[in-house]
Amino acid sequence: MNETMTSPLVVASPDEVTDVTFDRSMEVQIKRTLQQYPDSGAALLPVLWLCQERWGWISRGIMEAVGKRLDLAPAFVEGVVSFYTMYQRRPPGKYLLQVCTTLSCQLCDTSALVDHLRQRLSIDFGETSGDGLFTLVDVQCLGACGEAPVIQINSDYHTDLTVQKLDALLDRLAGQ
Amino acid sequence: MTDPILLRARGLKNSRSLATYQKLGGYSALEKTLSMTPAEVIEVVKASGVRGRGGAGFPAGVKWGFVPRDAAKPKYMICNADESEPGTFKDRELILVDPHMVLEGIAIASYAIGANTAYIYIRGEFVDEARILAKAIAEAKRKKYLGEKILGSGYGLEVHIHRGAGAYICGEETALIESIEGKRGLPRLKPPFPAVVGVFGCPTVVNNVETLACVPHILEHGGAWFAGIGTERSTGTKLFCVSGHVERPGVYEAPMGITFREIIEDLCGGMRGGGELKAFIPGGSSAPVLPADKIDTAADFESVAQAGSMLGSGGLIVMDTTVDMVWALENLLIFYAHESCGQCTPCREGSDWAVDIVRRIRRGYGRPGDIETLHRIARFASQGMTICPLGDAFCGPIASFLEHFGHEFEEAISKASSRTTKALPILPVQSDREMFGI
Repeated sequence: MNETMTSPLVVASPDEVTDVTFDRSMEVQIKRTLQQYPDSGAALLPVLWLCQERWGWISRGIMEAVGKRLDLAPAFVEGVVSFYTMYQRRPPGKYLLQVCTTLSCQLCDTSALVDHLRQRLSIDFGETSGDGLFTLVDVQCLGACGEAPVIQINSDYHTDLTVQKLDALLDRLAGQ
Repeated sequence: MTDPILLRARGLKNSRSLATYQKLGGYSALEKTLSMTPAEVIEVVKASGVRGRGGAGFPAGVKWGFVPRDAAKPKYMICNADESEPGTFKDRELILVDPHMVLEGIAIASYAIGANTAYIYIRGEFVDEARILAKAIAEAKRKKYLGEKILGSGYGLEVHIHRGAGAYICGEETALIESIEGKRGLPRLKPPFPAVVGVFGCPTVVNNVETLACVPHILEHGGAWFAGIGTERSTGTKLFCVSGHVERPGVYEAPMGITFREIIEDLCGGMRGGGELKAFIPGGSSAPVLPADKIDTAADFESVAQAGSMLGSGGLIVMDTTVDMVWALENLLIFYAHESCGQCTPCREGSDWAVDIVRRIRRGYGRPGDIETLHRIARFASQGMTICPLGDAFCGPIASFLEHFGHEFEEAISKASSRTTKALPILPVQSDREMFGI
């Protein structure tokens, strides 16, 4: 479906997100988000999304800052972050390859894609390639089963994939 | 075949734009709604018989009627776009094709229950879809279809998008409510039902995207018109999402009561590569699997239940004779073990335990008592033993795979220790590779 180029994630180094503060533009967005709910705690998921867009992942320092801003205990924030699989708790590579491994995709030969990715990138699920470009993860159903097999790269869906299409895609991303 | 209703704009240029939607008569139902009383609107929706398209099949009008009229607290409308049931991808299609239809449905439903705030809870992976909805909301606000004083009336509605972050369980309405409140998505005990105590402790209605997309058409053409489509108790058209081994997978709209044979053979062009049908899952992965000889079952809530499964979300997963059913069940159970929220012991432990058993059966380490143990898990983790239906969701597959394809499990167990072979389909998980030494 996606013909436009997937842009690389902005990923902060652990040092950059040990002690975080929200800049003015983030603060504006947080305030706007807070207006959508009668209770400030409800802004937690959207604010975490904002942080992940800004820094690429959710460090302990970010959890503490978010907790402080929304008046929530850091442990509560961590509980929420760890419940939802899409919040990255470690810095990913520039391209997060999220391979759907649920039944409909598997029936359309996801395994071949996975074997190929492992071989080409020399990494396994949960690992990042040596050049820091690609992180491979297995995910549950992405809700696009009619176009199986599906891999989501960062926020873009790539559907009806074959090994050839996947190779062309990775070549373009690696050359970017 | 009747003309498409929900997917009428599919294939049109700029189908997502407000201009196209208006050209097709869009938002006229909202205008009509605002001239009626909320009670009248609910009556029309009740008369249509429209049942929840998210999986449960509960009549939408009745659900709306549960909201206390005179409550002093604010009321909330929530559109459930957390589509995560494996094999289901209709809500995504609706948003991609016609986001304004969903918004108009939300506005009508909100008016009917007296809500001035609505949330669209959309799964985190749907980034493009969330953008499309945000754009549509902005367009609709500019034209006064949303926001304050809608179309010059005294009624106002703000619609906000709330993105999930990767949790199947948040499609369950009380877990979804917890998630909007900024918490872990742990389902709540019912009662109280959300209609009385929902999000932020206020009366709340949660409806699926497809259910809401039906609403403008019901208001425009009347409850009797909608009730005249489909079968007596499963009214209207339904979106069927077909995936797996068919020639043309995708989303198809057809009246309730179409047979699965018609869906597979006529709409989808038959089995992929001329293969032979072995089994199909009729309503998303939580629906019990049915063997090929049930292909003439009608796709409506009653007929599918009678055949021993459920229509659920309309996610039809088709498997040909190449599929190893032990492998297929393992795949489904991995999903549920991963997605169990962990609150209830039978579900948390049962789902993991079931994966372990099925996995060892597939790998040639099955033991004589394994099938009985699977049956016991399916008994003790379902039918009211858990807070939410996730227990039933993984037990249905276990029981049905064993009922219809038990011989494959028995055969694997009887050949235990000689069956470990690399020729078996291998799941792309780390533990699988270790087991096979690759």
